[in-house]
Amino acid sequence: MIAELGHFAIVLALAVSFVQGTLPLVGAQRGIEALSAIARPAAIMQFLLLILAFVALTMAFVGSDFSVLNVWQNSHTDKPLLYKISGVWGNHEGSLLLWVVILAAFGFGVATMGNNLPPSLRTRVIAIQGLIGVGFLLLLVFLSNPFERVFPVPSQGTGLNPLLQDPGLAFHPPFLYLGYVGFSIAFSFAVAALIEGKVDAAWARWVRPWTLAAWTALTVGIAMGSWWAYYELGWGGWWFWDPVENASFMPWLLGTALLHSAIVVEKRDALKTWTVLLAILTFSFSLLGTFIVRSGVLNSVHSFATDPERGVYILAFLVVAIGGSLALYAWRAPSLKSGGVFAPVSREGALVLNNLLLIAATATVFIGTMYPLFLDAITGEKVTVGPPFFNATFVPLMVPLIMVMAIGPMMPWKRADLAGTLSRMKVAAALTVIVALLTLYFSGFDPILAVLGMALGVWLVAGAAVDIGERTRLFRIPLRDALRRAANLPRSAWGGAIAHAGMGVAILGMTGTLSWEVEHLQIMRPGDRIVVAGYEVEFRGVAPVTGPNYDAVRGTFHVFRNGELMEIMEPETRRFTDPPMVTTEASIRPRNFGDLYAVVGEANGDGGFATRIYHKPMIVWLWIGSLMMTLGGLVSLTDRRLRVGAPRRPKASPAPELQPQQQAT
Amino acid sequence: MKPKRRRLFFVITGMAALGLAVALTLAAFDDNLVFFSSPTDVYAKGMAPDQRFRLGGLVEEESVAKTDDGLTTTFRVTDLANAVPVSYTGILPDLFREGQGVVTEGRLSPEGVFVADSVLAKHDENYLPPEVAEALKKSGKWKGGTP
Repeated sequence: MIAELGHFAIVLALAVSFVQGTLPLVGAQRGIEALSAIARPAAIMQFLLLILAFVALTMAFVGSDFSVLNVWQNSHTDKPLLYKISGVWGNHEGSLLLWVVILAAFGFGVATMGNNLPPSLRTRVIAIQGLIGVGFLLLLVFLSNPFERVFPVPSQGTGLNPLLQDPGLAFHPPFLYLGYVGFSIAFSFAVAALIEGKVDAAWARWVRPWTLAAWTALTVGIAMGSWWAYYELGWGGWWFWDPVENASFMPWLLGTALLHSAIVVEKRDALKTWTVLLAILTFSFSLLGTFIVRSGVLNSVHSFATDPERGVYILAFLVVAIGGSLALYAWRAPSLKSGGVFAPVSREGALVLNNLLLIAATATVFIGTMYPLFLDAITGEKVTVGPPFFNATFVPLMVPLIMVMAIGPMMPWKRADLAGTLSRMKVAAALTVIVALLTLYFSGFDPILAVLGMALGVWLVAGAAVDIGERTRLFRIPLRDALRRAANLPRSAWGGAIAHAGMGVAILGMTGTLSWEVEHLQIMRPGDRIVVAGYEVEFRGVAPVTGPNYDAVRGTFHVFRNGELMEIMEPETRRFTDPPMVTTEASIRPRNFGDLYAVVGEANGDGGFATRIYHKPMIVWLWIGSLMMTLGGLVSLTDRRLRVGAPRRPKASPAPELQPQQQAT
Repeated sequence: MKPKRRRLFFVITGMAALGLAVALTLAAFDDNLVFFSSPTDVYAKGMAPDQRFRLGGLVEEESVAKTDDGLTTTFRVTDLANAVPVSYTGILPDLFREGQGVVTEGRLSPEGVFVADSVLAKHDENYLPPEVAEALKKSGKWKGGTP
């Protein structure tokens, strides 16, 4: 019964989205008020219907209703409640339902919070959002229906892939989707603006918070996925340049570019057509990512089912959506008037450079990801493009980007004095040189990359600190006044500085683990001791363990430092029966911002076990840096200027005590 | 700066950035593409000793053995027409076993042993890597349905 209710809800939602995507467009074009007025109630209705469907599917999962095909294929009565719920989106159909729910939620957001938008723009944005909804709901209802029944009703489910039964992964897809799908709003705004023929500062002020929210969610999603790979896959890697990872990374790169170019539109009324194009491209890459992951052209833990029909449908939708919006762009963009003029060396210039480098970097990731597919399709030859390719292409493009990233925020708009800006970075530069020399002195096997990475990380963190110091005139005016200035700084300035510093911190973490990681692989018998990066690790033996839905072999290690017991580590090898799979649970202990990482492998039949022990210095900084980037996005979102629905602050009242270049934050 | 000159400046920087990306990509393609070969391909094409490639097929029944250090595993990868001996030092994936599909990456030693530095066996008992399925089809030994 509940499944039928859900089924009915998605069919109705499809009908509503069809209305939402067509009539209001006509209304806005012809000025027919009655048709335009449909947009908001339709968007609200669509959201409520899809929420209903989502709740229905969740109830089917929680209640283990195996008469629903999807539940039977992906759930099991023995599964803990959390994974019954996360099982809702741990499969193709359910994740697609989550996708449309989030899509509708963003349309709902514009419908309910967009009171100060120009009415015609709001109507068109909601309509475009409705059209995207049509595309995905068609796929959901006709090719991926999560409410399909199975008869006769099986008595037990087949279970969820044990690798996905993990708290970190339970919330990875929702965040990733919030990011992916969030860019749909920027896309809808861009297309609506093209139809209207008008892009101005107010438009950018509206696009920014949505883009920022999507970017922040995507950052969390990617970081969670990386963290999951780190501790769950048992190889201690955190980024593999796997096509599926790249599929989420490309929209992130473009979204980052969009975030920055939208600032220029808002502040300087320049780069308008470029920003519109970026908004279209960013969402196009989200769609492309969906295609890569969902079509089954690639095999990975992410591709649940290979169904050529779905792949063909998504590809066709991709062509219509991307091709249509780009054609509209080619037709309408020339009519958008360009505004503010600026010199190459200026804040705008730095942001343009940021955009160009991010685009170039995205292009290299795109080629590396798609080339094997193209080659296979054309010649039938199978190739792999692995990490060395990306290290040789992506990383060199990031180096100049990060160098500029530290000084860009300190440049004034319109025209900057490069020497003057650089002179304010003296302290940061000195710090960078000191760290580089220290690294050179202590560095391990690959000094050039280690020195470069450490220097860039420090440069970025110090640059963000100098930026805030300059804005608050710290140490040059009494501390109290500086603190007052700090409190009065726009939140977006704080957010930007925190996010930039977070990137620097993450770079330090990446560099540290890549340069100074220690790996020990050996056979150990109970009582054997080895020394890993100054820690003495003693193997105590293994014992069988029974979990809720698996059996495991648990190894025990005692870790000593200077003869003193510091840690007890207990990695496991788990054997699941539904579905039959084996997973490796690494034991990870953070110590001084580095991790000790232990894995126990197979027995050698002679009382010994293969064991692998890593020391991963500084890895914790990678996670802290990701958190800082997220925090930066959140802080920036609370900026009064960006707050969704906040009344516009009158322009004529700038805070009198601010310097000209600080005013232009 | 006049709008026209400004545009020229951006076009030039844009070209420079994309040019750099293209140059890096082409340079990286030269050394970093890893091709997939079946055991039959290895004998048919004759691999250069320093050529890095992926070797995939089934782990031959009764071919898996441990060397004395306990960490190096030797086995044979077969497409049921030909087989190539492989040696790998390290912990094998959880689902590595005889008769299962496997993809290994490494180089061929002068003695004709494929020295793998990574072994990929997917975390699913029924899963056969698509490359392996295709290699089996090519060698005419395919007996399953669709992969």
